[in-house]
Amino acid sequence: MRFSEAWLREWTNPSIQTNELADQLSMAGLEVDSVEPAAPPFNGVVVGEVLSREQHPDADKLSVCQVNIGADESVQIVCGAQNVAAGMRVPVATLGAHLSPEFKIRKTKLRGVQSMGMICSAAELGLAESSEGIMPLPDDAPIGVDFRAYLMLDDACIEVDLTPDRGDCLSVAGIAREVSVLNQSELSIPAINPMPAQTKTVCKVAVQAPSACPRYLCRVLEGVNPQAETPNWLLERLRRSGIRGISPVVDVTNYVMLELGQPMHGFDLAQIQGGIQVRMAQADEKLRLLDGNEVTLQADTLVIADHAKPLAMAGIMGGAASGVSEATTDILLEAAFFTPLAITGKARTYGLHTDSSHRFERGVDYALQHLAMERATALLLEIVGGQPGPIVEQTHETDLPQRQPIYLRRERITRVLGINIEDATVVDILTRLGMQVMEQPDGWAITAPSARFDMTIEVDLIEEIGRIYGYNKIPSGLSAAPVSMASKPETAFSLDRAKQMLVDRDYQEVITYSFISPDMANLITPKTQAVTLANPISADMSIMRASLWPGLLSTLQYNLARQQERVRIFESGLTFVKEDKLEQKPYLAAAICGTALAEQWGETGRKVDFYDLKGDLEAVLSQLDDPGACTFAATDCASLHPGQSARIWRQGAPIGWIGMLHPEIQNTLSLPTVLLFEIALSELGASELPSFKALSKFPSIRRDLALLVSEAISYQQVWDVARAAAPDIVRSIKLFDVYTGEHVEPGLKSLALNLTLQDSSQTLTDQAVEQATTTVLAALADQLAVKLRD
Amino acid sequence: MSTELEKLLTTAQTAVAVADHLTEIDEIRVKYLGKTGVFTAQLKQLGQLPKAERPAAGQLINQAKQALQKTIELRKQALEQAALAERLTAEKIDVSLPGRRSDAGGLHPVTRTMQRIESIFAGAGFTVAQGPEIEDDFHNFEALNIPAHHPARAMHDTFYFDEHLLLRTHTSPVQIRVMQHAKPPLKVIAPGRVYRCDSDLTHTPMFHQVEGFMVDDQVTFADLKGILNAFLQIFFERDDLKVRFRPSYFPFTEPSAEVDIQCVMCGGEGCRVCSHTGWLEVLGCGMIHPEVMRHVDIDSETYTGYAFGMGVERLAMLRYGVNDLRLFFENDLRFLRQFAA
Repeated sequence: MRFSEAWLREWTNPSIQTNELADQLSMAGLEVDSVEPAAPPFNGVVVGEVLSREQHPDADKLSVCQVNIGADESVQIVCGAQNVAAGMRVPVATLGAHLSPEFKIRKTKLRGVQSMGMICSAAELGLAESSEGIMPLPDDAPIGVDFRAYLMLDDACIEVDLTPDRGDCLSVAGIAREVSVLNQSELSIPAINPMPAQTKTVCKVAVQAPSACPRYLCRVLEGVNPQAETPNWLLERLRRSGIRGISPVVDVTNYVMLELGQPMHGFDLAQIQGGIQVRMAQADEKLRLLDGNEVTLQADTLVIADHAKPLAMAGIMGGAASGVSEATTDILLEAAFFTPLAITGKARTYGLHTDSSHRFERGVDYALQHLAMERATALLLEIVGGQPGPIVEQTHETDLPQRQPIYLRRERITRVLGINIEDATVVDILTRLGMQVMEQPDGWAITAPSARFDMTIEVDLIEEIGRIYGYNKIPSGLSAAPVSMASKPETAFSLDRAKQMLVDRDYQEVITYSFISPDMANLITPKTQAVTLANPISADMSIMRASLWPGLLSTLQYNLARQQERVRIFESGLTFVKEDKLEQKPYLAAAICGTALAEQWGETGRKVDFYDLKGDLEAVLSQLDDPGACTFAATDCASLHPGQSARIWRQGAPIGWIGMLHPEIQNTLSLPTVLLFEIALSELGASELPSFKALSKFPSIRRDLALLVSEAISYQQVWDVARAAAPDIVRSIKLFDVYTGEHVEPGLKSLALNLTLQDSSQTLTDQAVEQATTTVLAALADQLAVKLRD
Repeated sequence: MSTELEKLLTTAQTAVAVADHLTEIDEIRVKYLGKTGVFTAQLKQLGQLPKAERPAAGQLINQAKQALQKTIELRKQALEQAALAERLTAEKIDVSLPGRRSDAGGLHPVTRTMQRIESIFAGAGFTVAQGPEIEDDFHNFEALNIPAHHPARAMHDTFYFDEHLLLRTHTSPVQIRVMQHAKPPLKVIAPGRVYRCDSDLTHTPMFHQVEGFMVDDQVTFADLKGILNAFLQIFFERDDLKVRFRPSYFPFTEPSAEVDIQCVMCGGEGCRVCSHTGWLEVLGCGMIHPEVMRHVDIDSETYTGYAFGMGVERLAMLRYGVNDLRLFFENDLRFLRQFAA
């Protein structure tokens, strides 16, 4: 809502400056977005009268005018506008005037003819974005008077960003009510006298949808002057409210809407057949709107129709055919109350949003229609003349909103706001807001005014009290908050810690969009049914990610294209998969490429491989248990290299994937070798609570075994057999070397294991050690044909 | 001492003095002092002397042995010192060369900010709750007192999947989910991703919010002011940051307020960041609407509660001076690394 400060001050005029007024409005919940001067700070412009206009002797497009600017002598001005004519009153920038700080009017010669000023267009004065020709002023504009004073341009345009509950403030009257409450300043409602009917002409009205339109008023205005023009003062007010002038009838209805908050409409009476019907649209009825678009009406849309056709979309936009045109001489004016629910959301379904729908959706004062009709009639009579007929009204009282008393308890105010406010203050605030206040034993019964659609329950009133009393006068307190200690299980996997661990291992966290392109989804998660947005920002952001890898790979591409060769990134977030039902599971994923370590003098620049990433993942998982408790089983995955991909298992459940990006995908995405992992945080489970075991007092013994194993056998298999066979005194089995090459037969590999043996109750004998080792070797030989290396 | 013995000692001591290596000295020690060494031989010949002379002669030999022993010891020490000095010199390195290392990465500035917000509220006894990002109409709108066609829905440019499923437009649905399952007293914050169908200079289609709420039998608007004021002072590490509560409207709170802080860029003087107002809007908040309580079966006569929601990117931008929202999701490492330390 944008309005002129001067206009507001006609309604109520508190003795505060513009800035204070703006602050006050903001702090009352009517947030001021901007305060702008109504006109640029020009000076030296006066109202002048063109006495004569003659063709410039040396220029076709220029004329030489003698202009009376109220001084002793007239001045000669060379003018380029086509519409300048003798007898016109115009704004004249006199010698020495500044149209802007840089633009000073000087005595000058144009094609050899002296010019002593400038006749201005509205655009040149900053009063319009563009204009054709100079700005004509009415014939009664007082010659010689300062133009700023004449149009009262020393005014501010205040833009308030109103919340949807404050439909009552979508008018100068509404803002004025609020300002008068805040300042306790008088509200002077301009006198609006009823215009008696001068004819008996009426247009019959049948309201067939009274619940959507409980009140409908219309009035015929016959014999108006279609050539009449809207006066400057009115156009100025519209302009300062951000509305362009269109034609007198439209300008007046807009003016009344801005002033009082009642959207109105003017029909060309000649286009109405038989009378007005207010009804729901018939399915597939068509209507060409004022904006030129034809819409197919839905059955839930209220229309204003005549006996043959729809004329307008009620409360939203008029029809093109029935609108007032330059040929219109008889007008039908409409002022109605449409219930918010009948209008809400309807405009949007047609892709429309109008000043009218904006107001009706939020609620228009249902007691306002008569006043608005009289106001519009009076203004139109002044501007376009004509004879008004009687007002025709159809009101269904039972369908009008009811303002029921709301019970407000004294104790509840304190309970919600946390302060005691004196009864007198409460009553004063509510009364000033136009509420009816009735004393009750422990509070009051309050009835809200017809303009307020946001007062339905007790707490609504409490908000009003707090708002007018001033939120900033309510003290900041910290109540004795209940003692509640966070109860996070000690054995739970901590994502924060996992992230920190990756950060400590030189990974950078990224946050990518949860929606990805269909191409990326097909490439990385081809077997997953896509969860698709119905209204994406763009096709590239239309599929909900089923994996975090697409986002990471895109981020790799982005950074590789920016001279970053070594990229190590991770992300955590939800993935979205729809199988039987929609699953939203949190994942942690990482991707690396480039060298294992940042380039440095002390280390060779080795490229990352599978085991680099696996080591980092094992570190992350080590907050659950020892490395090795999770198993990595070679498993094919569509997006990974078939020889370097593994499914990760913990406690018999799959928890994720790790591997090298499939070389084909790598090619498609123009990436270098990339290694990826992804783990499902929801599947990780918990660690075991540490359980103390007595320390052994006896020394441990280490035995190294060099084993020859077939290449086809995985280390995991070897370890599993060894561990299963080893007696309890074998405390750990660790791999310390893997070797193939010279001295090892092709098809075999050498694995060097060390066994740490220890007994908790005695020093181990050589015999016991020997026996344990032999048992392990026998099982390996038996089950996996493993031989001891010579 | 016999001349012969003196000569012997002198010869040995000279040999020690000119020896350059510990091995040479060792050879000399063996040659003179070893089991078959020269002095040992001398001792063995004592038997040939008259009995009375033997003690004196033996003493002389032992003196000579000790003298040589001492000489050897000293020389050995000197050589060891020299060897050590030489080694230390040889082992000198350039300590200014950078260490062999794996660098540290960094958290995303949004995570960093979110963790900071969480930890501040954790200190005030708030626990963290999470909710789904694909939400249903009930939790995102209906239960929050935003029925279909409510004008407030226009303020949420919503991404839809179908009539009922959508991407949550705020973290407030978590409030509903928590209250559906837990009963007061409640002190919860819910951080997470939210989505709006809007993309331009100052909007990204995805961003982060932290929702917070408290429900108990004595919670007031004054408490809300208290907790948010305290939070903002701590977050911006100030104790005099001006904070103002401006009446506003959210369907799920009543009374509702927007919270402005004095512009942290210009100190309230007015600058581009605060659109020359001196104030920055950072939070929305209010007392939980009775209708919301009704939807989750909490008696609004017995309990009152407050709720607030803040934009994480907004706070991160203010805290770190980031001037372009879109940078957060471009994931340019040159940007992200600035928040590693």
